[in-house]
Parts: sequence; structure tokens; C-alpha cells
Amino acid sequence: MSHIQIDNLTKIYVGRRTQPRTMHDPEEHSGDNVLVLNNINLAFEEGEMVCILGPSGCGKSTLLRIIAGFEAPTYGTVKVGGRKVRGPSDQSIFVFQHSGLYPWMTVYENVGLGLRHIDDEEDKHSRIQEHVEMVELEGFEHYYPHQLSGGMQRRAELARAIAVNPDLLIMDEPFSGLDFLTHMKMREEVVNMHEFLRKTTLVVTHDIDDALIMGDRIVVLSGRPSAIKLVHVLDFPRPRNFEKDPGLSRLRSEIFLMLGVPYAV
Amino acid sequence: MDDDGKPTLKETPLYERETGNRFVRSGLLSFLSIVVIWELLARASGWSVHVFPDPWAVILSFIELLRDGTLVRHTVASLYRVTVGFYLAVLLGVPLGICLGRNLTARSFLNPVIHFLRPISPLAWIPLAMLWFGIGDPPAIFLIFLASFFPMVVGTTIAVQNINPTFFQVAANFRFSRRETLTRLILPAIMPEVITALRMTVTIAWLVVVAAEMIAVQSGLGYLILDARNALRMDFVMNGMIVIGLIGLMLDGIMKRLGQVESSQWGRHER
Repeated sequence: MSHIQIDNLTKIYVGRRTQPRTMHDPEEHSGDNVLVLNNINLAFEEGEMVCILGPSGCGKSTLLRIIAGFEAPTYGTVKVGGRKVRGPSDQSIFVFQHSGLYPWMTVYENVGLGLRHIDDEEDKHSRIQEHVEMVELEGFEHYYPHQLSGGMQRRAELARAIAVNPDLLIMDEPFSGLDFLTHMKMREEVVNMHEFLRKTTLVVTHDIDDALIMGDRIVVLSGRPSAIKLVHVLDFPRPRNFEKDPGLSRLRSEIFLMLGVPYAV
Repeated sequence: MDDDGKPTLKETPLYERETGNRFVRSGLLSFLSIVVIWELLARASGWSVHVFPDPWAVILSFIELLRDGTLVRHTVASLYRVTVGFYLAVLLGVPLGICLGRNLTARSFLNPVIHFLRPISPLAWIPLAMLWFGIGDPPAIFLIFLASFFPMVVGTTIAVQNINPTFFQVAANFRFSRRETLTRLILPAIMPEVITALRMTVTIAWLVVVAAEMIAVQSGLGYLILDARNALRMDFVMNGMIVIGLIGLMLDGIMKRLGQVESSQWGRHER
């Protein structure tokens, strides 16, 4: 039994979205049906880092949101750890594309969100501190998110997610909007953290290089309606390098071609 | 001062002290020029002191009213009514605004009524207020309540609707209870906008109290003005106006201070 099991998953949006996504608003739908995900079957192992690639608007984020329990599938089932997903849970923590940190809370308070039920104040404090240090934000505990740089905000959100010790970590385009160097550092940090904690992690990205460098397994989705184009287990040694690893380089060319960009190769 | 090399001078940045001083200085200067223009107008008009009192006459009568305690008594009466009416409006308006912001059904049901009642001036309610609440404080409080209630409801509703939907997903993800969603998410999220609404509403409430006091009460700054008019004491009328302006300035200052509370500061940087 795999850790995450997705069977015959289909998602149809009733009516085109004219408004920003909201979590629940069944009344607002009308008009055409849009098939977003078409009969997706996937299985991921415990501890894997899975990178999901696809053209923009293909439903990658929808897939993640269904796995996280924010949206219900139209048909099919999603199981995490053998249990069917019925709604959001603190066992699958979502790291949002744009900051999901609460701006009215300090880094310390944000990281402590998932630990708020611990009664022992000392234990709580040491756990918060441990996670703040893990993402190298010590000294910034009492800063508000707006006082931090973009990269630091992402790290703080990562710390908040990991502090809950969830079964599953879900990241939607975790590096979008970061400058090149911060992007690279952040990517390294996520890889290191995954090496260290071995937590099942799903990462949606549109960056092929990110997916190939980070993933234990990559999934390539086609444009809407999304179907699976490729599932590939990457057993290249880390740290990975396109120049030194001809296999990886070949795969990269293949995926670029698959996504319709032959010249980038 | 700088020559002494006192270390205390270095603690606040120079530009901050400069701008702070400049605001006070130019504020005083503008008031001073108003007084000068007023004096010139009073002289040029050639009207009698009973029609257009000059600044000096007003200052003298101001001292007179301050001495015999009339001014303080009326100010306290007005402040009492504004405080009660305004607090009632905030206490009922903010929770209702939160409900409306969160609940589509409630919003579609109540919003039309609120937007229908909102443009009706509180002064139009005066006859009804007197009939229902008699004379004394209650009708005046009722009018102030009406004037502040709708802006608070509308301001809070909009603030709640403006909350980033991602934050509610975070709340669901971290399994917030309903109570936690309210105290850890909704209330802090709307705080900056609610404080702005408070600041605007308290001015409206203060605006209305004077009108409300011109009916049915025997005290308050509005009554003072009305009574002075009947006695043809235009200098007392102006005293009333000056105190109203000063208190308005003070109320705004208090609300501004509220906006500087740290927990509401985040809003300044987010938008």
C-alpha cells in the first residue's frame, strides 16, 4: 500500500471561475462545465519528494488542493496514509504560493500555530525555537512577516509547516517570486530538509530544472484537461548536476520537448 | 543645543523631531492666522459685537463660561451621550459586520436594508426619536447610535470580506476552532480597517450630538449654542463651536493613537 493513493480522480468545475478561488462557494457556479483533471491515477511512497510539472493552468494546483482536502474530487478517491481525504487536516500541511503567514503574528507566533495545543510551555517554547533555528531565523523570532525578506518569509512558513510534524507536506510553487539566488538557496534548503526529515513532500512547480534537481519522482501533466503524461522515478545521486549526469540531461531534453519547448534544449 | 554634545539628542532621529515640531508649529501658525483674519473681518464689517464678536470678546466670555463651570458641565454632558451612543454602535455594529462579512445568506438578506437606511440622515429620525424615547438623554443617544451604527457595520463587513482567503485555508489546515478563527484570524485581520472606521465614525457621532442636543435636552454643547442664540449671545455660540472643534480634534487624536497599537500596525505595510 502506497502512502498516497489517487484513484480515478476527476475534477469538473461547474461554470467558469470569474472570481478568485474561494474555498467554498457552491452557489456561485453557473454555465459551462470545465473538466480540469481527467482520470488521474497516481501512487507515491512514504518519504518521497514528488515534483509535479505541467503547463500553467493545467490543474496542478487543483490536484494539490484536492490532496490537501481544500477541494473535493468530483469522482474518484484520494487516500493519504490509507485514510480517505475528507477535508483539510493538520496531517497534510499546505505551503502557499503567496505567503500564508499571518501578518499580524510574529515569526515565533506563526511557527507556534500548529503547536498551540501543547500545554507544557517549556516544551512548546523549545519546539518553536528548534524549528525557527532549523530554517536559520534565530534572532528574527519577534519580527513580523512584513519586516522579513521574501526568502525569509518562505522559510518561516516552511518552519511553521514542519513544526506540526505532518504526514505530508504540500508546496504550491514554493519558489515563485523569489530572486534567482534566493530561489537556488531555498531549493537547496528544501532538499536538505527533505534529506534530513524524510517527510513525504509534494511540490508543484513549472520549473523543469527544479523538478529534476529536487524530485525523487516527477509527474508531468498535460494541458487541460490534465492527464498524466509521464511518471518517472529519479534515482540519480545528489547533489545532482546536469553536466555531470548525461542521463539527467537527456531526461531534461525529453521533458522540455514534451512540454512543447524544443529550442530551450 | 548640539554644541553641548548631549547624548540624549541622538536618540530620536533628527528628521523625526524636525517634522514633529514642524507639524505643531505650522498648526499653531494656521490657527493664529485664522484669529488674525477673524479680527480683521470683525473690524472691517463694522457690525456690532452682538452680531459678529471679535476674538477678544470671545476669549473673555470663554473665561467667564469656564469660571462658572457651564462649559465643563455641557461638555461632559455631550461627551457622555457620544460615548454611550458610540460604544453601543461599536458593540453591536462590529459583531453584525463580522456576521455579514462571513455569511453570504445574511449579507444578501440584510445588506439592502442597511444600504436603504444608511443615507437617511439621523436628523430625520428626530421626531420619531422624541416620540419613542421622550426627552432627556435617550433620544440623543439613539440618534448618535444611528449615526455611528451603519458606518461601523459597513466598514466591518468590507474589512471581513477583504481578508485574504488563503488565511482561512491556513486556519482550516491548522484545525482552528470557530472561536480561534474569530480571535486569531478575523479580529486581528480586520483590526486596521476597523480602527479607520472608528476614526471616521467618532467624528460623525460628534457631529450629530450637537444637532441631537438642539432638541429635547437641557444640557450639552448643542443646547449651549441653541440657548445662547435665543439670548443673542453670539460670543457664547462661538465658544460652543470652539469647544466642539477642540474635542473633535482630541477624539481623532485618541483614535489615531489606537491605530498605532502594535497589533494593528501590520495593516500599514500589507496594503
